[in-house]
Amino acid sequence: MSNLGLYNYWIVITLMMIGFYTVMASHNLVKTLIGLNIFQTSVFMLYISFGKIANGTAPILSESHTLYANPLPHVLILTAIVVGVATTALGLALVVRIKDAFGAVDEETITLEEEKEE
Amino acid sequence: MTLLGIDNHLPALQVVIPLMGAPLCFLLRRPALAWGFSVAISSATLIIAFLLLQTTLQTGPLSYALGGWAAPWGIEYRVDTLNGYILLLVTAISTLSLLYARTSFEHEINSAQLPLLYAGWLLCLTGFLGMTITGDAFNVFVFLEISSLSSYLLISLGPDRRSLTAAFRYLVIGTIGATFILIAIGLFYSMTGTLNMADLAILLSKNTESRTFHAAIGFLLIGLAIKAAIFPLHLWLPNAYTWAPSAVSVFLAATATKVAIYLLLRFLFTVIGADHSFNLFTLNQALLPLGVLAVLIGSVVAIYQDNIKKLLAYSSVAQIGYMVLGITLVSLSGLTATLLHLFNHALMKGALFMAVGAIFYRTGSLRIADLTGLGRTMPLTMAAFLISGLSLIGLPLTVGFVSKWYLVMGAVEANQMWLAIIILLGSLLAIIYFWKVIEIAYFHHKSSEAPVVNEAPLSLLIPTWILVGANIYFGIDTRLTVGVAEKAALLLLGGAP
Repeated sequence: MSNLGLYNYWIVITLMMIGFYTVMASHNLVKTLIGLNIFQTSVFMLYISFGKIANGTAPILSESHTLYANPLPHVLILTAIVVGVATTALGLALVVRIKDAFGAVDEETITLEEEKEE
Repeated sequence: MTLLGIDNHLPALQVVIPLMGAPLCFLLRRPALAWGFSVAISSATLIIAFLLLQTTLQTGPLSYALGGWAAPWGIEYRVDTLNGYILLLVTAISTLSLLYARTSFEHEINSAQLPLLYAGWLLCLTGFLGMTITGDAFNVFVFLEISSLSSYLLISLGPDRRSLTAAFRYLVIGTIGATFILIAIGLFYSMTGTLNMADLAILLSKNTESRTFHAAIGFLLIGLAIKAAIFPLHLWLPNAYTWAPSAVSVFLAATATKVAIYLLLRFLFTVIGADHSFNLFTLNQALLPLGVLAVLIGSVVAIYQDNIKKLLAYSSVAQIGYMVLGITLVSLSGLTATLLHLFNHALMKGALFMAVGAIFYRTGSLRIADLTGLGRTMPLTMAAFLISGLSLIGLPLTVGFVSKWYLVMGAVEANQMWLAIIILLGSLLAIIYFWKVIEIAYFHHKSSEAPVVNEAPLSLLIPTWILVGANIYFGIDTRLTVGVAEKAALLLLGGAP
């Protein structure tokens, strides 16, 4: 099988790098969270890809199928999705509080404000 | 304890009690009730942890099949000497710092938020205990996120607005760390089809050449290094500990990084296997320079801080360096030193952060320059600070001496004299940053127009002095800590899960 045959993994890596770059490069706290979300989503896709076998179906016994895919990674990733939602919610709540306290959601402005207090 | 066979379910109760307690605590609404309830819950976990450790010391590791599903398929909770020891540490610190928390929180935090804060505290405790007790790799991730999310919440409630940005930055870095751990667990699963740690250990050892395995180890190490604040991935720690509410700083400084170090030990020694981790992949050579740099840079940066909590936080970075150095020796005395230092550092940093919290309660300031004259006006608080600080430096008759002694011994046994010298150099640097504080508190005279400060209230002093007492007690009578730490180190080196 050629390398491109496993194209899911290329998508995973691309998304992961886009997310990671956004987290590092963005000065806007909301954009940082978006980057974090993309980064986490890539991992969800990684797990889902593990669980898929070519031509495999859902593991429900039936006479017409002999090849089944493993559903466990999908179940695991449901948990991780919940965690991702909770993280985003908490992150956004913090951004709202930061906006109230500093009057900005921009990393540089906030750092300047913080340095004033030192 | 045979009532209803409840003692068979202690491993599950260890985690379930604080987990169920958290929402109830929030429903109680009244701050005083919520506080009393969370103290009761935390004490219950302490008793359970004590019983569990006692059982494992007498009869060997306990295995508990959650929901009755047998091990490799179901989730297994497994208690051995190592995690029994960590469970005891976490629950003891949580209970003591909750006792301390009431007065301190009432002063720092809006009373409407208090029930929420105690609920978050119990969730954080649940996360730490779950991560420690579980024998299932994915379960580690779930509890890691429970503890992380609640610790972001706890930090963000600090009295200064900078606590918000500290919590946000910790959230971003912490999530990346946790996601790295998730990737590593996924890669392990894709290789073996199992999530049980003992099962993983067997199946992974058959396929050490696989590139998936190598990538998984890389992700795992970086993820755990972020969570344990191993240099140079420690950048979230100083701000988070500095701006968190005082009692939260006590709790997190004494437990959060310790649990991450435990996970590092568990994965390196049990899941990947000591032989693979250190002979095949020579991970100790990767960790060694990080440990050395953490000790030196952490200590030097601490000298230049003018905020006392930040000074203590950078000192924590250095102390984590010592624990890493103990791991890299891969010997009985090295590992014993790491495990002892886990415990001892929790005692001394807990006491130091409590003393600082008491100072903040009275003076409202965290600046070292504002400590002038406190040696006279707050003698008991400053004496607690002084004794636990001496313990941090490693003076004989304190716990700090015991763990440094084992670490130096481990370095000498391994014929690495330079390492022993670095450890001693770290202690010298600790004297410098610590002396800076003592000099101002005891030897600088206060200007006459400064406000008069009284001694801290007893509700803050008693928990502080209990920890200070533990610093001295375990420095003199080392049977319990050294005995258990040595057993746990043997267990890790024996490769038994």
